[in-house]
Amino acid sequence: MNIAFVIDALVTVIGVTTPILLAATGELVVEKSGVLNLGVEGMMLIGAVTGFAVALNYGESLGDWAPWAGVIGAAVAGAAASMLFGVLVLTLGSNQVATGLALAIFGIGLSSLIGASYVGMVIQPFNQTFPDWLAADPIGRVAFGHSPLVYIALVVVVAVGYFLNHTRAGLILRAVGENDVSAHSIGYPVIAIRYAAVAFGGALAGIAGSYFSMVITPMWAEQMTAGRGWIALALVVFSSWRAGRLLVGAYFFGILMTLELYAKASGFSFLPSQFWAAMPYIMAVAVLAVMSARDVAGAEAPACLGRPFMPNN
Amino acid sequence: MRIRLEKRLTPSRIMQVATPIASVLLTMLLGAVIFELIGFDGPDAIWQTFITPIVAPYKWVDVLTKAAPLIIIAQGLSLGNQAKIWNIGAEGQYVIGALAGAGAAFAMPADAPSFIAIPAMIVAGILGGMAWAAIPALLKTRLRVSEVLSTLMFVYIAMQVLNYLIGGPWKDPNGHNFPQTPPFSPTQTLPHVIPGTVIPPGFVIAGVLTLLFWLLTARSVYGFSVRTVGAAPSAARYGGFDASRTVWSTLMISGGMAGLAGILEAMSQLGQINLGFPSGYGFTAIIVSFLGRLHPIGVFLAGLILAVTYVGGQVAQTAVHVPEATAGIFQATMLFFILASDILVRYRLRIVRDPRRTAPVGVPA
Amino acid sequence: MSLVTRRNFVKTAAAGLAMPALARTAFAADPVKIGFIFLGPIGDFGWTWAHNKGRLAVEEALKGKVKTTYVENVKEDASAIPILKDLAQQGNKLIFTTSYGYMEQTVEVAKQFPDVKFEHATGYKTLPNLGVYNSRFYQGRAVEGTLAGMMSKSGVIGYLGSYKVPEVVMGVNAFTLAAQAQNPKITTKLVMIDSWFDPAKEAAAVQTLINLGCDVIAQHTDSPAGLQVAEQRKAYVFGQGADMHKFAPTMQLTAIEDIWAPYYIDRAKALLDGSWKPDNTWWGMKEGTVVMSAFSKAVPDNVRAVAEKIIAGTKDGSYDVFTGEIRDQSGAVKVAKGERLPDDKLAVMDWYVQGVQS
Repeated sequence: MNIAFVIDALVTVIGVTTPILLAATGELVVEKSGVLNLGVEGMMLIGAVTGFAVALNYGESLGDWAPWAGVIGAAVAGAAASMLFGVLVLTLGSNQVATGLALAIFGIGLSSLIGASYVGMVIQPFNQTFPDWLAADPIGRVAFGHSPLVYIALVVVVAVGYFLNHTRAGLILRAVGENDVSAHSIGYPVIAIRYAAVAFGGALAGIAGSYFSMVITPMWAEQMTAGRGWIALALVVFSSWRAGRLLVGAYFFGILMTLELYAKASGFSFLPSQFWAAMPYIMAVAVLAVMSARDVAGAEAPACLGRPFMPNN
Repeated sequence: MRIRLEKRLTPSRIMQVATPIASVLLTMLLGAVIFELIGFDGPDAIWQTFITPIVAPYKWVDVLTKAAPLIIIAQGLSLGNQAKIWNIGAEGQYVIGALAGAGAAFAMPADAPSFIAIPAMIVAGILGGMAWAAIPALLKTRLRVSEVLSTLMFVYIAMQVLNYLIGGPWKDPNGHNFPQTPPFSPTQTLPHVIPGTVIPPGFVIAGVLTLLFWLLTARSVYGFSVRTVGAAPSAARYGGFDASRTVWSTLMISGGMAGLAGILEAMSQLGQINLGFPSGYGFTAIIVSFLGRLHPIGVFLAGLILAVTYVGGQVAQTAVHVPEATAGIFQATMLFFILASDILVRYRLRIVRDPRRTAPVGVPA
Repeated sequence: MSLVTRRNFVKTAAAGLAMPALARTAFAADPVKIGFIFLGPIGDFGWTWAHNKGRLAVEEALKGKVKTTYVENVKEDASAIPILKDLAQQGNKLIFTTSYGYMEQTVEVAKQFPDVKFEHATGYKTLPNLGVYNSRFYQGRAVEGTLAGMMSKSGVIGYLGSYKVPEVVMGVNAFTLAAQAQNPKITTKLVMIDSWFDPAKEAAAVQTLINLGCDVIAQHTDSPAGLQVAEQRKAYVFGQGADMHKFAPTMQLTAIEDIWAPYYIDRAKALLDGSWKPDNTWWGMKEGTVVMSAFSKAVPDNVRAVAEKIIAGTKDGSYDVFTGEIRDQSGAVKVAKGERLPDDKLAVMDWYVQGVQS
């Protein structure tokens, strides 16, 4: 095994990991604030179709900036979709599980409706950040050969980790997720903070979606995220709600998925492929069980996760 | 002057009935407007989606066939939801139930008489669904692992179990090497409809179960304990209702119902299991449960309404050429409305002149 | 709206069944209705998209004489049955069910509507009013394999597959056998991704194949994600289902185009002139349902000449990629020297030829 081989494999891992890392980072913040939004898949698809549409329609007028406009469009669209969820669960106190599922179904339907006229069209792929002499270097490309979204994903997860653990605002957000009633009584605007978290989660899910329609394949096709939103949810569970573990976990999932492909292409079929496909979900449940077993205080999920909060109760 | 919300002492009966109806009507209205905007004949599209399946008799079989699994699964889920136990993995329990029932079918001689084969498969189906729900129940009661997350994860694991079995050990030897199980024998299948009627056997079971669930929730101590655990966990503990027993029983019942729906579907529809078997009933049943406001009779009606939108979505596709995606949008919109209006059940809207408020609601203005 | 009673129901149902006879006599000038059910959305840019293009071609070719309807996103479960019944009751005289998983459903509805003709794609069950049809895509795989065998420098070529079903297996084998005919040392690395459409996984799988030394790659999944990877990594690649050179402008050598139009038009005409019969039709290059996209500039002239000979031989019947001697992975002879693998064996193929690494 030589160095070039390892680098090639790493590039694959990074490509597989980035969209789930982006979506899961957003969902982590949402869940940390005590809200469970199961609609990630729907928001991703809305982001995917919007990003593609913006990049396509402004491709001529904006030139090199069109993909950036697409990413921003995807973020705005994802956030807008999450606000639908936000109004229902935060202002109207509806059930989060049901509302999240409704958002997922809604996003799948809406994105195919919007995208119907874009099928078969192509945009410029958004896959190079650095100049050729860096991006195409056989060794350097492992660091420099990626789409800007790859770097954004890494920056965002580190920033979120710092925000949650080392800033006052992050502490407040966590307090809201752990004990909304006390946070409210000390005077923190619980609902407003949760709105912000949900919007952030929606925006990142939207960007994650745009990774499919602008980086992996510069086109739109229905349900092109192929269930990654659900894997992102599993990843948040797997990370036991820590940003550091989320980053490690995302790459662990990515390596697992890539290993499956390597095993198949090399002719090692020692396990049925379905076992590999089920792995992320099995691991998520296993981690959840182990974490809970170790910590007598219960799972490390934010204590208010999924519980509605109406300040005047 | 501002609108203020006041918590009701008891949920409003009128609102409980009125809001689901209003949700359906609002969805129809919104749907008509959206269809007009995107260039279809709005009223016609809505008519085809929501009314044609009800008034066209030849669609009744289809509506009842779709409604049966939705109602059966949603009855089980509603019971758990009353206790605030959220089983969102019914889709997985449905798949495993069907597989367990199929396993029973393959284990017995193909010519075993119906009166043995069918009950055996049904029991195996129920047990399969229960077994798949038992793992989250165990994790919840022993390790306090959230059942919302674990049941969802197990849906995806169940899908892979299905893919593995139908493409490997259970692959039909006469199936041209396509991933599917062998067909059940004639004594292992149920007819699509009860001969001479338009009623599928599954729908009869759904009707009987509706009655049983109504008796269970409204007339039994168990039903009361479930509601109490959901509404006031500490009071329930004080009253001697064991929370972990509630977790177990509701997950076993909802898992068993999903498994039952799965094996009934496999026995009475295709008579085998293929890659296309998981059809999303387990997820749609969650919508049914909420649309029915967790009440057995409401769930029964909501199952029929959802079935109408499924069948109507197909009618509208062939008749008015609206894209298939709109059926999903309708289902989601209906659920959005019902969830949004939930607040009217629990709160009273009051217009007050005094701007001073002691208890703020919602987003700060 | 009139009150619906049980008697009305019987009447309506009877009217529905009697409709075909009525329609023929009373409204002879009306266009004949033809229905389609599709597995995916017509916007999937893959399997369903190709069938829908075939449908549109029928409308165009027989303008005024036929009227087509389709239902998309029809699951391969029992819900296909009411949709098929619906199409039959709406007066469609010929109904195409365009995916393998509709087999039992089509059989069942065909029995209920003896006056309606059905055509099921890629299946094997027939009835007096139910025919089956498929396309010999493996003939295109042989052309791809020929190009791959001649143009691969590493001697290792890749195949991105979906599920281990006969359709895919025969493609893998045709690709490998044709490549080995040009270069006996060729081996094929095979990755099945357990999905027909998953861009992220397809992209990763193609990267993996390239990383493992494959320098020419064929695919049997729907999205163009793999082509884009191949373009970046400078590996030759083939489009799937349609010309996909937009996604790999310099690296796509050719593509297999699924062209259902000739078949659908033929069947529609047979319906119109009364000659429709429930055949088991397996068309291919000769009849125009498998078409190779224009070879790219990257294909050298000598390679092009060989590939074109394969195409010509396939069309006139002198060439069949599944001509013995063919051995399976264990080395056992599956097709004796000089013999051709018969269609019934081909249709259930579940073994890989020697040289396939899976």
